[in-house]
Amino acid sequence: MVTLKINGKSVTVPEDYTILQAAKEVNVEIPTLCYLKNINCIASCRVCVVELKGRPGLVASCVYPVAEGMEVLTNSPAVRASRKMTIEMLLSNHNKKCLSCSRSTNCELQRLANDYNVDENRFGSEAPRYDIDDVSPYLVRDNNKCILCRRCVAACSKVQGIGAIGAIARGYKTHIDGAFEKSADETTCVGCGQCIVACPVGALREKTNVDYVWEALGNPDKHVIAFTAPSIKATLGECFDMPIGTNVEGEMVAAIRQLGFDKVFNMDVTADLTICEEANEFIGRVRNGGTLPMMTSCCPGWVKFVEHQYPEFIPNLSTCKSPQAMFGAVLKSYYAEKNNIDPKDIFVVSVIPCTAKKFEVTREQVNKTGDFQDVDVSLTTRELGNMIKNAGIKFAELDKEEFDNPFEIASGAGIIFGATGGVMEAALRTAAKKLDPNFEGVEFKEVRGTEGVKEAEYTINGTTVKVAVASGLANARKVLESVKSGEKEYHFIEVMACPGGCINGGGQPCQSDSVKNYVDLKTIRAKALYDADAATDLKRSHESPVMDMLYKEYFGEPGGEKSHHLLHTSYVERHKY
Amino acid sequence: MYKEPAVPFKGTKEQEQELLTFIDANKDEDGVLMPALQKAQEIYGYLPIEVQTMIAKALDIPLSEVYGVATFYSQFSLNPKGEHRISVCLGTACYVKGADKILEGIEARLGIKCGECTSDGKFSLDSTRCVGACGLAPVMLVDDDVYGRLTVDMLDGILDKYRN
Repeated sequence: MVTLKINGKSVTVPEDYTILQAAKEVNVEIPTLCYLKNINCIASCRVCVVELKGRPGLVASCVYPVAEGMEVLTNSPAVRASRKMTIEMLLSNHNKKCLSCSRSTNCELQRLANDYNVDENRFGSEAPRYDIDDVSPYLVRDNNKCILCRRCVAACSKVQGIGAIGAIARGYKTHIDGAFEKSADETTCVGCGQCIVACPVGALREKTNVDYVWEALGNPDKHVIAFTAPSIKATLGECFDMPIGTNVEGEMVAAIRQLGFDKVFNMDVTADLTICEEANEFIGRVRNGGTLPMMTSCCPGWVKFVEHQYPEFIPNLSTCKSPQAMFGAVLKSYYAEKNNIDPKDIFVVSVIPCTAKKFEVTREQVNKTGDFQDVDVSLTTRELGNMIKNAGIKFAELDKEEFDNPFEIASGAGIIFGATGGVMEAALRTAAKKLDPNFEGVEFKEVRGTEGVKEAEYTINGTTVKVAVASGLANARKVLESVKSGEKEYHFIEVMACPGGCINGGGQPCQSDSVKNYVDLKTIRAKALYDADAATDLKRSHESPVMDMLYKEYFGEPGGEKSHHLLHTSYVERHKY
Repeated sequence: MYKEPAVPFKGTKEQEQELLTFIDANKDEDGVLMPALQKAQEIYGYLPIEVQTMIAKALDIPLSEVYGVATFYSQFSLNPKGEHRISVCLGTACYVKGADKILEGIEARLGIKCGECTSDGKFSLDSTRCVGACGLAPVMLVDDDVYGRLTVDMLDGILDKYRN
């Protein structure tokens, strides 16, 4: 331990602390911009500089280690002047179209500029130098707003282990992009959107499809349906400044209904459907000597990762479509027939915490219902929040409402799909019951929690099942490599591309560094889902009355012919470089 | 921004083998990417996407990392060099004597930008720092020939000498 003084206050901290960490201990806020805890510690933006008594110049507190007897000033005239000038220089070639920027009022640079009373044009203003890249179906890059903090590059290479983007050229010409300036979907990008939630400014955002939705809502000939993914209820409130982790399911349904949707359905229902199919597929693989370990396929970022990086594991991916894709297929087949609506007149909007889902809806392998997309538009949590604001709905004051029949009731297994380990636990609940009808357990706590890789082993009715759960694709890579080398043997692997799972997805509300660096977003958001699971009596997917209805009225049985056609899919090998 | 070279990539199997042998022998060295790029440029004369992809594959690193390094150092070229290499001096003396007009004049006549190569592979155009002939400013080199006291009017005549 070492003792130092920060603004005159004495503090004792471990030797490996940085000044920034020590300052936090005494509630001294130091602004940061490029710093993301454990992800990006490169001291490049110089916003976090502090003065050390007896040492000339200023140091970057995000990386500077503490020392015995050190005296730190975080708010001296020299510090304030330096920070102010740094921000003014950052603004000199930043496209300052704040009024129409997707991150306005939620932009870390804007906040700093305000806090430091900067002159935004002190070093002039320049014309935009880069074309806006909106070629891919999910990502928009506006490098005129980029401040070169490298947070997106770190998210892509360190957290996801992909490196689809990097810093290109040098000096004034430095910019972030894919190799040879290729658009995201021409590179090995999987569309996870972790770069977007890492971006402190508006240089990266999802490609918005909100206009198509408004257009459909205004068209009386369209039957417009929305369904929401399990994690949206745990995060949408953040768009309206509600506490992180507030479950807003009732308000969310009410708001979507007020937007003019004909039906508001619960995607937790097709999470249940996925489990019915996937548990059946898993048991089939175990009993019939199929390819093992079986790997989950709900996460489109992970699926594309396998297609690019590990095509040899494509046979291991479950053939089950994701809950989003299953819902699209169910709505444009079963639901259309039952309600006597031409599927061409049904406009399906999914609300998903994910940008990769915008790519998934375009995959030809999932669209087998007719010559149209099963899901017409996939919106992120942020886009839904934007539509609600746009419509002038007072979200926090809404009376809670319930999802529409018949896709209303879901099991707790479907609810926890949005957190890492949730799909595994849901599958285990059903598989265990199928393997042993007397098995009563519903909690598989070993696979819960936000660690990057979790392992567990269960023996049910004489069958031993070894499972692994990974979130964050760099962690998934570790698991795949250990399987490849023969070091590890599993029967079932769950992967979610985003660290912590969908609750921390690339389509979730952007939280600034001052929150992310100190608050465990993943755990708090996931808690809302596990609490909802705990509050429901219906724990297993296959025991849901909605599943009963779907299989009796339409699909027959899990893995049956109709299921196979509408609820299963295939994958393609993609380029690795 | 990357612009695909007008001249198609004409690498041979032998060239690829030479590069891969070099990478294989040095694979475990720290910072092998730089020597790999240098070797590749020595073999091919430039670093097109095909060559950078070979390097990414051989080292099992993302293509973006290779491209990042290749674009960071000005000694690496993403464009092939022409049969005749034109270098226009943009040193201080040449610049004040209107070297920018000379460069623009050549760009207009060849239909390429500085750093590029004509589609017939005849000429490539680069700018260079001071060549030490300030008394003759503005100056340009075509291969090893030095042309001084240039005016835009002289450019057609000079280029024609190399065109046959």
